[in-house]
Amino acid sequence: MIEKLVMYLGYPFVRYAIIVGVLIALCSSLLGVTLVLKRFSFIGDGLSHVAFGAMAIASVLGITNNMLIIMPITILSAILLLKRGNNAKIKGDAAIAMISVGALAFGYLIMNIFSTSSNLSGDVCSTLFGSTSILTLRKWEVIVCIVLSVLVTAVFILFYNKIFAVTFDEDFSKASGMNSGAVNYLIAVVIAVIIVLAMNLVGSLLISALVIFPALSAMRLFGSFRAVTIFSACISVVCALLGLLISILAGTPIGSTIVAVDVAAFFVCWIAGRIKGNASA
Amino acid sequence: MALLRAENLTLGYEKNIIVRDLAFEVNSGDYLCIVGENGSGKSTLMKTLLGLQNPISGRVVFGDGLTKKEIGYLPQQTVIQKDFPASVREIVLSGCQARSGLRPFYNEEEKALAGENMKRMGIAHLEKRCYRDLSGGQQQRVLLARALCATRKILLLDEPVAGLDPKVTMEMYELIEGLNREGVTIIMISHDIAAAVKYATHILHIGESIFFGNKAEYENSSIGMHFLGGLE
Repeated sequence: MIEKLVMYLGYPFVRYAIIVGVLIALCSSLLGVTLVLKRFSFIGDGLSHVAFGAMAIASVLGITNNMLIIMPITILSAILLLKRGNNAKIKGDAAIAMISVGALAFGYLIMNIFSTSSNLSGDVCSTLFGSTSILTLRKWEVIVCIVLSVLVTAVFILFYNKIFAVTFDEDFSKASGMNSGAVNYLIAVVIAVIIVLAMNLVGSLLISALVIFPALSAMRLFGSFRAVTIFSACISVVCALLGLLISILAGTPIGSTIVAVDVAAFFVCWIAGRIKGNASA
Repeated sequence: MALLRAENLTLGYEKNIIVRDLAFEVNSGDYLCIVGENGSGKSTLMKTLLGLQNPISGRVVFGDGLTKKEIGYLPQQTVIQKDFPASVREIVLSGCQARSGLRPFYNEEEKALAGENMKRMGIAHLEKRCYRDLSGGQQQRVLLARALCATRKILLLDEPVAGLDPKVTMEMYELIEGLNREGVTIIMISHDIAAAVKYATHILHIGESIFFGNKAEYENSSIGMHFLGGLE
């Protein structure tokens, strides 16, 4: 088994996949805690469907560098969703559901009507579940991913205290003179970038798993924001690495394998949390 | 010049006017209680004073060198906070956020301020505990310590004793009274008229009729007698 692994690691595309997978897992876990606590767990799902719709438009228009279309559209939707979040007539979850299914249907529709591909359902399936795209990454895509991941992590660290303040109590932050609106926009933009990145790894249907499972697992075990954030980043990276290795060795689809490992990790943390809770009570 | 003055405030949501032509002022060192029935606009008034909501007409003026960054606020607890994983220290420190501006991390001075306010509220020993595991009274002390990190001058409290048992309620009132004696101006929304009259220097009663004045005036006013009469 080790030999087989070493053999696979000899291929550059496998190494690329591992680098990109780990970076994406790290980034997507960072804002997970904030999104879960702000009751925006499904925002990842909604935005990834928007990204799917945007990708459909890009492929119909024959644009090779589809990031140029997907990224702005997704960022715009993220801003709209978070902006309306608090005082909208249609509440956060309903707005996300609307945009999410709307974009999904729209994307599939235009792909179906305009697509010239002979294997339409295969294309759609790989966009939704990210089956092989991570193994076909080109070098520049890996570089883009590395640059964006470093940016996302840097922004998160620099604004960590502000993100905490706004997540815990937006009214207080605003009342004491902080520009909480700007922080919310920042969160929206960062999450949109993460979603577009993560589409490569797990496909658009499974992104929210990557965002929320590490955060939920960490919340079972820890009682401070910093510990939860650090632990969720660690567990996300470990699960992604494990999932990637399993899928390479066993030939299972990458996205769903990683998510399955995340789910397993959640149950382990949940049980550990129960034991810990009983011990201290 | 008053620390805070409301001029002809009319409050409400869109076309729904709740309070009309409200005028009052708060001077440094005052303890103002805002009382009134549910739905009379107490929380809306508080949000307007904090700048979270715009009045339909009229304005709120800060004086005596008070700026928006020097307001401490004790909000009612939200559902989100009930299962929020955050340590006491993290929450208290977040009160320094407004003064740290664009600087990404807290400096020594801010950490010391947070420590000092935790001591002041008697929660220094809980520093590393998780907020969601604390009792209701302890949680209020944490939020009060956070508010004190944001201000030395004025605290706005939205029903600080809601959901607390009688003993903890008393402790909370005494804590707030202590802060007032140290020179912190207090504006508090309360359902508890008896306590309001006991601790406050001024009363603002909003509802069908509006009353603003000091405590003695309130006790002798018809509206005050009506409400206080029900207590005795």
